[in-house]
Amino acid sequence: MSEAIKVQSLSKSFGPIHAVRNVSFDVSHGEVLGFLGPNGAGKSTTMKMITGFLEPTAGTVIVNGHDVLENPLAVKKSIGYLPEGAPAYGEMTVKSFLNFIADIRQLTGSNRQKRIDEVVDRINIKNVIDQSIETLSKGYKRRVGIAQAILHNPNTLILDEPTDGLDPNQKHEVRNLIKEMAQDKAIIISTHILEEVDAVCSRAIIIAAGELLFNGTPTELIAKSDRKDIDHAFRLVTTGKSEENRETAAP
Amino acid sequence: MSTLFSIYKREFTSYFVTPVAYVFIVIFLFMTGIFTFYLGAFFESNQADLEPFFRFHPWLYLFLIPAISMRLWSDERKSGTIELLMTLPVSITDAVVGKFLAAWSFTAVALFLTFPMWITVNYLGDPDNTVIMASYIGSLIMAGGFLSIGSCISAFTKSQVIAFVISVVISFMFILSGFPMVLDLFQGWAPQAIVDAIASFSFLTHFTSIKKGVIDIRDIIYFSALITFWLYVNVVVIEAKKAS
Repeated sequence: MSEAIKVQSLSKSFGPIHAVRNVSFDVSHGEVLGFLGPNGAGKSTTMKMITGFLEPTAGTVIVNGHDVLENPLAVKKSIGYLPEGAPAYGEMTVKSFLNFIADIRQLTGSNRQKRIDEVVDRINIKNVIDQSIETLSKGYKRRVGIAQAILHNPNTLILDEPTDGLDPNQKHEVRNLIKEMAQDKAIIISTHILEEVDAVCSRAIIIAAGELLFNGTPTELIAKSDRKDIDHAFRLVTTGKSEENRETAAP
Repeated sequence: MSTLFSIYKREFTSYFVTPVAYVFIVIFLFMTGIFTFYLGAFFESNQADLEPFFRFHPWLYLFLIPAISMRLWSDERKSGTIELLMTLPVSITDAVVGKFLAAWSFTAVALFLTFPMWITVNYLGDPDNTVIMASYIGSLIMAGGFLSIGSCISAFTKSQVIAFVISVVISFMFILSGFPMVLDLFQGWAPQAIVDAIASFSFLTHFTSIKKGVIDIRDIIYFSALITFWLYVNVVVIEAKKAS
């Protein structure tokens, strides 16, 4: 297992708001890191800093040996990224969109078409390949976003809510895909679905209000709850202090 | 294939998959016709040249070019695709220049489709075709100037309407800066050098000289510098506030 992503004391503030405070963690190849936290906790902001879309206020991000501030293009080449909400050019067909990504990723020769076909097949978007993206349902749009992210077979993947908007069968498929890819890739996924963490992640991180509150295996997270329930454990970690206070304050 | 060309190709083809291209081209051709034959008095002037046709190009571009350029970056912001674009291995300069060149090529297509006008004037008389060629080149370069302003302005906002209005206003100032109504404001108190400098910023001054059939290197330098300046600011704006 080699180190893919190294995040060191990363902070981001927007004016007076501290979106991310002093967050550090590592991800190795072969690991799936689940990124958890309430809405507005700083998950997406952290992912945006890792992918070079946002500049950190302080701290460093090293991806596959490249500092994202010093060598952003090398970082962007080596990762696949599904941004929040899976944005894509709506007027393009799925086919022309994937071809555009293949152009930008400089896939050439016989490998190019082969790779597009493989991904289309794997993500199950063959039947909408000639439709314009704006006419697709939320689930298909999300899958086109995933296809775009894995097209160049990157060894590092960052997926912001990859299963959001998918139906249960599609969720199952995407989870299998992630598990499959995890063997040689470093993957970060953010999610609100806690059983997903147990199902696909080898490690989980919880951040709330910009601070890192937990970093460990899903089993360790579950162990935090005396009921052995991951939902309960999540609530304990994210609201822990205030709940304890309430309990002690109660007469 | 370079990433600049990939961006260019995507942008250019995207004009033609939506009705935007067709609406724009039809309106452009229709308006050039109206301006040339009615306001320009093409027939009445009884001269075999296309001066009445080119005379109104700055005024047409004033409204039509911002209509093309307003979506260049505003749309990326609004739909969130800017995050996709800026996390692909593309330099901001490549993205800005690729988009600009695609929009410029598109206006070139629209301009090219006015060729029946050129054929007509050759059919009716014996015009100086080198002057017409120079005017076409001048018009296209001027369109590039308007586009670079519009592209830069659209990088500031996710509202296409705001991008359109501000681009029109700034372009208008660039057209007007050679007119007495602007120059008179400065004539009384500012040194002549400044008045001349302001006048020299006018699109009209530069276009008028090209329109006479003289492609002066100074006019080319002026428009190139103008385009470079606005695209540079465009890159800086995207760099600084791509995520906001």
